[in-house]
Amino acid sequence: MTTLDLRAASVVEPRARFRDLVASEWLKLWSLRSTGWALLLSALAVVGFNFGTAWDHYRYWFQYDGQSRADFKANDMGLWDAFTGNASMVLILCAGAMGAVAVVGEYSSGLIRTTFAAVPARGPVMAAKVLVVAVVQTVFGVVVAAGSFWSTQAMLSARDLGLPITHPGALRIVVASALLAPVCALVGMAIGALLRKSAVSIVGSVVVLLLLPSALSDQRHLTAVLAHTTPLHAWRRQMPVGLGQDPYPWSTGAAWLVCGLWALVAAVVTVLAVRRRDQ
Amino acid sequence: MIEVRELTKRYGSTTAVDALTFTVRPGLVTGFLGPNGSGKSTTLRMVLGLHTPTSGSVTVGGRPFVDRPRGLRHVGALLDAGDMHGGRTARAHLAVLARGNRIPLARVDEVLEEVGLAGAARRRIAGYSLGMRQRLGIAGALLGDPPVLLFDEPLNGLDPEGVKWVRGLFRRLAAEGRTVFVSSHLMTEMEHTADELVVIGRGELIAAESLSEFAARGARLSVTVGTPDASALTPLLLAEGAEVARDGGLLTVTGLSAARIGRLALEHRVLLDQLTTRTASLEEAFMELTADSVEYLAGDAR
Repeated sequence: MTTLDLRAASVVEPRARFRDLVASEWLKLWSLRSTGWALLLSALAVVGFNFGTAWDHYRYWFQYDGQSRADFKANDMGLWDAFTGNASMVLILCAGAMGAVAVVGEYSSGLIRTTFAAVPARGPVMAAKVLVVAVVQTVFGVVVAAGSFWSTQAMLSARDLGLPITHPGALRIVVASALLAPVCALVGMAIGALLRKSAVSIVGSVVVLLLLPSALSDQRHLTAVLAHTTPLHAWRRQMPVGLGQDPYPWSTGAAWLVCGLWALVAAVVTVLAVRRRDQ
Repeated sequence: MIEVRELTKRYGSTTAVDALTFTVRPGLVTGFLGPNGSGKSTTLRMVLGLHTPTSGSVTVGGRPFVDRPRGLRHVGALLDAGDMHGGRTARAHLAVLARGNRIPLARVDEVLEEVGLAGAARRRIAGYSLGMRQRLGIAGALLGDPPVLLFDEPLNGLDPEGVKWVRGLFRRLAAEGRTVFVSSHLMTEMEHTADELVVIGRGELIAAESLSEFAARGARLSVTVGTPDASALTPLLLAEGAEVARDGGLLTVTGLSAARIGRLALEHRVLLDQLTTRTASLEEAFMELTADSVEYLAGDAR
């Protein structure tokens, strides 16, 4: 029996490293064919919505009257086409769903039990997953936002309406739109980690990220204050200032802060959600 | 070595596992038996720290498993052949597990070879049969070359060749000094595989002993006696305190040994033409012991 006991006592194990978990989660994400497709189709949809608007302005330019055309140029409205409201909704929808699926995909398949049996340190597993999703979604956001800016301004240049990235406010549009992807994906992950069911989590992230914020008007004080706490309105704040008056103005710095807090809280919730509950 | 002490798990008002205490020793295959819904899977999940016990404790190699930052080198587990994502290939599934535990990728191909899935390694799991998934689950358990292995109903969905292979594998793993803990709801599956048995019913421990002890405990020996003069022998047997059932020309006698019956017949000059000891099967012993604790009876269809 001594030799037998020896085996149990002499488990030789390399030091546990966080980067192994990150590598594992990276492999986990990219070993699913659906990951690449989801990213590609989402990117095409978002860029498509923006490019479509720019193309519309190009194609029907001469149907606007002279005053409208002059206003368009005077107000740098080419920037408005760089990332439209519709495109932002598609981006929020896709990023939120991809984030949620990154977590609930493990619960719905039962893989989560295999994962946590292989790595009992659940918190670090989720932290690694958060990191991988955040990085992938940031790159995705940058590609989509930069692609939208470049393609729309190139289209508008045909009418001499395109603006360079160095134009005041242009870079802010690209950065804010790019960061919308990781923020929404992290929120989707947190909702997925809390609810654990695929359909419920995706609906949940649509409600939290899109429906509720859309219902909040910025014309009344209470709803404006609430609206200013949502990523959707924080993103809108970074867009070119509208022609109408904003009765309850807020700074772009506050809008950046709101996005940062959502991402941070979502990441913490995702990591903590798996701590105490039975898996 | 797995040590389970007063382990209890309640879900609301339901007690799934009730004050279980037993030890699973290395170098042996230990069968974990109980009817459906008796708490086997819940117990195994608590061993792995997936579920937190309401009270009591369970340690693997002297420590709660959840305290290990990485698990595969300590415990290999197959909980449910479905616990994998159908969209990945077998190789990718194992590579993900290996990477997180700093296990070299070469080991993935090794275990795939060992379970006979090398040829299907690059196919997606969604196209696998249940038996292939069981093999892949077993491959995952073997990845870290761990001293303790847990298998929850590993024989489900395996073909006869697969069953034979799995039995051989368990025996070999135990012979290498590992702790092998295998759950099943069928005694027949354990009969030729397990050295030790842990039997539970309704979350409570019924028996934790060697296979032979278990067989002896539940089995009431009976002796089949053939005689042309049954009417003369029967009262003699009854007088000795035996129970006798008559079935055509044969008597089934319980409570007396064959030797005692033979001597009795000789003393009273009764001719015997058959005297056979029949032991109850393990299955019967198991059924008898768990009869009170069967959660779902036939008719109560699931």
